[in-house]
Amino acid sequence: MYPKNLKYTKEHEWVNLETKKIGITHYAQEALGDVVFVELPEIGVEFEAGDSIGVVESVKAVSDIYSPVSGKVVAVNEDLLDSPELINQDPYGKGWILEMEITGGEEELLDAEAYQRLIEEE
Amino acid sequence: MKEKLIFDLSTPGRKAYSLPELDVPQVDLASLVPRDIVRQEEPELPEVSEVDVVRHFTRLSQMNYGVDTGFYPLGSCTMKYNPKINEDMARLPGFALAHPYQGEELSQGALKLIYDLDKYLSEIAGMERITLQPAAGAHGELTGILIIKAYHEYRGDFKRKKVIVPDSAHGTNPATASLCGYDTIEIKSNSRGLVDLDELKKVVGEDTAALMLTNPNTLGLFEEEILKIADIVHEAGGLLYYDGANMNAIMGYARPGDMGFDVIHFNLHKTFSTPHGGGGPGSGPVGVKNFLVPFLPRPTVEYDPRREHYYFDYDRPQSIGKVKAFYGNFGVAIKAYTYILALGGKGLKEASELAVLNANYLKEQLKENYQVPLDRVCKHEFIITPEKKVKEKGIHTLDIAKRLIDYGFHPPTIYFPLIVEEAMMIEPTETENKETLDAFVQALIKISQEALENPELLHNAPHSTYVSRFNEAEAARKPILRWKPNK
Repeated sequence: MYPKNLKYTKEHEWVNLETKKIGITHYAQEALGDVVFVELPEIGVEFEAGDSIGVVESVKAVSDIYSPVSGKVVAVNEDLLDSPELINQDPYGKGWILEMEITGGEEELLDAEAYQRLIEEE
Repeated sequence: MKEKLIFDLSTPGRKAYSLPELDVPQVDLASLVPRDIVRQEEPELPEVSEVDVVRHFTRLSQMNYGVDTGFYPLGSCTMKYNPKINEDMARLPGFALAHPYQGEELSQGALKLIYDLDKYLSEIAGMERITLQPAAGAHGELTGILIIKAYHEYRGDFKRKKVIVPDSAHGTNPATASLCGYDTIEIKSNSRGLVDLDELKKVVGEDTAALMLTNPNTLGLFEEEILKIADIVHEAGGLLYYDGANMNAIMGYARPGDMGFDVIHFNLHKTFSTPHGGGGPGSGPVGVKNFLVPFLPRPTVEYDPRREHYYFDYDRPQSIGKVKAFYGNFGVAIKAYTYILALGGKGLKEASELAVLNANYLKEQLKENYQVPLDRVCKHEFIITPEKKVKEKGIHTLDIAKRLIDYGFHPPTIYFPLIVEEAMMIEPTETENKETLDAFVQALIKISQEALENPELLHNAPHSTYVSRFNEAEAARKPILRWKPNK
């Protein structure tokens, strides 16, 4: 459920520090329910860790996606525009949301174990 | 039998109208409007007879569910019964046939109604003046925040860029702030479901334009520290905006103006018993404190006692301007005016009392079979969630809501507010008797048992309706928004 090679945020995003890809966690997609729409940022825009970088809309709610790290957007997953359900089906794979050139902000990230403890408390 | 679309009932040559003979010279349409905007193809309108039309729409209306059919406990929406006298009054020919261009002299009755309703709503809210222009709640919010913005900018204060909203707010609050060009700052509620004063102090500052708040809030709980909240925001130079969605809980008992709010919108279609949902347009009057009156939309309706004459005042240079054609949804204002006069001050207080009593009665009755995350005396609405053992059967709040339809009830609001997982938000309103409330409780208890014994029954609900469970995700992902002929 929570791959060890990823880092996590308290707001339920994941980041892969090797591929620089970012998405939302299994827990997040399950809490949201069926995702019906994703709003992606523009390529080239710079964000600080914690900034809102996009929006996920499900049948239940609309939620901001917060950037786990600081950096510049270099790619977005355009498949999500036609198939937002990829986030539900494969949150760590085909459901990735964007790729960033990371410039910092990794200090606050949680490892898989710490993240799992966090959601067990919730 | 499946009800066909009216297009599918079409047979060439059938019609449900008969027009009189043309008694003026026929003119070529293309000579009146530019040729390139004249439609070349026939529009594919359904060709049906009168009886086809009447039966089709009567059948559709029989599939509908409204507050005239049954209990409708949709939290935060106040689906109270709308007394029929409201309709009688709105249909009086002097009102129903009035034309906005007939002039002040011929509109004295209508103008007096606007003037008086302003006074009544101002008294109920503890505000100085009201505008009736906004068409509904979210439009009221937009108007209210534009007034706040105009006030700050009039003072030459352009540094206020932020609007604060609690995480339990209606989604329209951040949307309004954003539409007015503000950044929205969300603050977390404390463990009691109320605004966290420390969190508020952290974010409030000289860039704060306003705090938007509902009181009681969307958890049905009264913000007990509202006076402190108001002080914190006012000391920083910000204003307080009251979202009137939950006004039904406090009429005659507490006034937003006295709590420190500077601007309020009402939802006449909630609190003041005018039709709601598919039943008619809304109305979202906005009230303000004295210092904001100059910024209200124009025209205002004033009274000249010397001439005993009501008139429109357009000479309001600081006004944010008009926010709607003419003077708002006037027909709705007539109904709210009727409601206020029919109930009177004492009756409005009783309405709020019963709304709160009904909600607390339901909450107590449901406690044994559902979880009540914030279990203390509530106002007009409250939240329940399924028990753990029910959730372990794979049952979600959505399934319980759908199953309620089989028992003849409109489901409550679900998955709102967002801060409570699997929330079901119940607002019975004051117009329901004990028998109805008890029947609703029995249905919910029965459903909680079904959830344990036969979860599939809930997963596939509703079973008794014309159409069963929709694929809501697919409908949102790939909506089919128009009918296309089968060719």
